[in-house]
Amino acid sequence: MNEYLDLFGTFAKVGVMTFGGGYAMLPILQREVVEHKGWATEEELMDYFAIGQCTPGVIAVNTATFIGQKHRGWLGGIVATLGVVFPSLVIISILAGLITNFSHLAWVQNAFAGIQVCVCVLIFNAVLKLLKKSVVDKRTAAIFLIVMAGSLFLHISPVWFVVVSAVAGILLKNLEERAAK
Amino acid sequence: MTYLRLFWEFFKTGLFAVGGGMATVPFLKNIGLATGWYSQTDLMNMLAVSESTPGPIGINMATYVGFTVAGIPGAVIATIGEVTPSIIVILIVAAMLTKFRNSKYVENAFYGLRPASSGLIGAACAGVVLQVLLRVTSTAVPDSLFMRFSWDGTVSWMGLALAAVLLVLTNWVKLTKKWHPIVFIGLSAAVGVVFRFGGV
Repeated sequence: MNEYLDLFGTFAKVGVMTFGGGYAMLPILQREVVEHKGWATEEELMDYFAIGQCTPGVIAVNTATFIGQKHRGWLGGIVATLGVVFPSLVIISILAGLITNFSHLAWVQNAFAGIQVCVCVLIFNAVLKLLKKSVVDKRTAAIFLIVMAGSLFLHISPVWFVVVSAVAGILLKNLEERAAK
Repeated sequence: MTYLRLFWEFFKTGLFAVGGGMATVPFLKNIGLATGWYSQTDLMNMLAVSESTPGPIGINMATYVGFTVAGIPGAVIATIGEVTPSIIVILIVAAMLTKFRNSKYVENAFYGLRPASSGLIGAACAGVVLQVLLRVTSTAVPDSLFMRFSWDGTVSWMGLALAAVLLVLTNWVKLTKKWHPIVFIGLSAAVGVVFRFGGV
């Protein structure tokens, strides 16, 4: 039982200290999980993190599940994940309640209008960063442009774009290999 | 019924959003359009708060959206919905780790998935830039495949100016580009209050 509490507590701590995206979490995981607890080696952590980035879902959650299950099996994976999301649940619920109560104030509305401009720039920067890693040749550039235009102008669930492009990736690579032979 | 729908929508988000918290934004946008639970402006405010508080962005967003839709139970259900596919997928992957790492199919699928994920976030970005800076709103038309765009004839010049300054500060100024997003969010809030960005 204590082992599970320890998992929950450690990952709750990681959740509180992760400020921003999944990448901000890596140095904190290194200190807490590798150095303090010894639940994974440095190499294992890098592997989990790499897989966490390319499997569906939030990177922080994927990595937590991985480390938890390695330490204590599937239940450990679930406990570690609950730990990493727990601080978000508490903090955001309190903040959301507060913001709802103050949102009629003029200065709050003006502040959020300013913040919205910042959000535009932050998302734009995130796209630039992702582009460098995902668009590696003409074909991936075409997939990017088609999906972007399709998602902007059409009212379809993003799920379809994800499924179709995964299949397209497999087909394109297969064709390439056949052409090489 | 709302709880069930909330769980299902976030389950789909968790299953198909590849590449971290930002990748969930296009899915959340789609949920808002399809259900009418919150507007695109609400979503942007939620994203700003999620970036400025502790915790992974994707989880903060799920909690916030869930809270907006159905209070604290909603926050819990949306978050659990979003992490459930992660847990299932990771437990499966962990059981066949070496097979997964060396699989040609997985690698090739991601060759197509990665640019698609960037494209989805790119479209979400274009959507918010259109709405916030150029005042072009997009709405879903019932029974139509296409989105409808409408423009009120004005442009937010102050917003464009602030965006240009932020773009330079976050990308090209050596001193400031390493700063945490929360600093820029705070600065933008102050500018918004001083120059009455909300028009009130």
